[in-house]
Amino acid sequence: MIYRRLFGLPTWRLRSRFDELEHMRRQMDRIFGELNRGSAEKSISGVFPAINLTENTDNYYVRTELPGVQSQDLDIQATVNSLAISGERKIPEVEANAKYHRREREAGKFSRMIGLPDNINMDAVEAALENGILTIVIPKKEAAKPRQITIK
Amino acid sequence: MADTQTKALKVRDKQEVTGPAEQTRPGLIFTPDVDIFETETELTLLADIPGVKPEDLNIDLRENTLTLTGEVTPDKVSDEADVLMEYETGKYFRQFSLSEVIDQSKIDAQLNDGVLRLTLPKVEKATPRKITVKTV
Repeated sequence: MIYRRLFGLPTWRLRSRFDELEHMRRQMDRIFGELNRGSAEKSISGVFPAINLTENTDNYYVRTELPGVQSQDLDIQATVNSLAISGERKIPEVEANAKYHRREREAGKFSRMIGLPDNINMDAVEAALENGILTIVIPKKEAAKPRQITIK
Repeated sequence: MADTQTKALKVRDKQEVTGPAEQTRPGLIFTPDVDIFETETELTLLADIPGVKPEDLNIDLRENTLTLTGEVTPDKVSDEADVLMEYETGKYFRQFSLSEVIDQSKIDAQLNDGVLRLTLPKVEKATPRKITVKTV
């Protein structure tokens, strides 16, 4: 009894202090984790062009903004479970005597690889370039589509 | 120019702006990247506005202020679920004040592949004339 009172109490206090520290550390991790997650949501890869990938029951949709890119300067390659988009954005030369006020648009080459699940039908991939937006429609395999199950 | 042709493009986050007035409709507003260059006779503006259809683009020039507004209707169908979102879509808005006097009747706008090309010819008066200095 005495032993416990003498030694039990200080250890209990000590532990509570450590608990508090541990609690604080966990809280900090949570706060920073949330901050990091917020920034990581935008452009995870850091590779041009930024893509938006969506899906519905039948297809995957890959969309990317490519203003001023001609379809002949764009190369899309599909393999079993990946998609490669590469190309070049060209900006036509201006007259030699023209003076620039703003020059924010950039020209250059780009290439990007997108990994996709195995459940896709790569033979039926379709791509369209409209108003500077490239849309690639990748159909899912018949087996991967969800099936409605009726309850008898 | 040759080196810029071959360099690799980098991802740049779209620049979000707050509009001229408080919004009543929800949605993001971005400022488009532009090139503006001037020759002796005209001013040319190129703006990257991917996703804007010609009928959704509004170009307004009054009292030397040029306003570009482009609405973007999302391509996404309602049944699509987001898997990976790297960029956001929204309206485009940008204003410029022009110092030169522009011949409003000759303004020409073309929208191809998400790039607007706006040609603003200068009024005859504003085109510089060479002044010859006479010696007596």
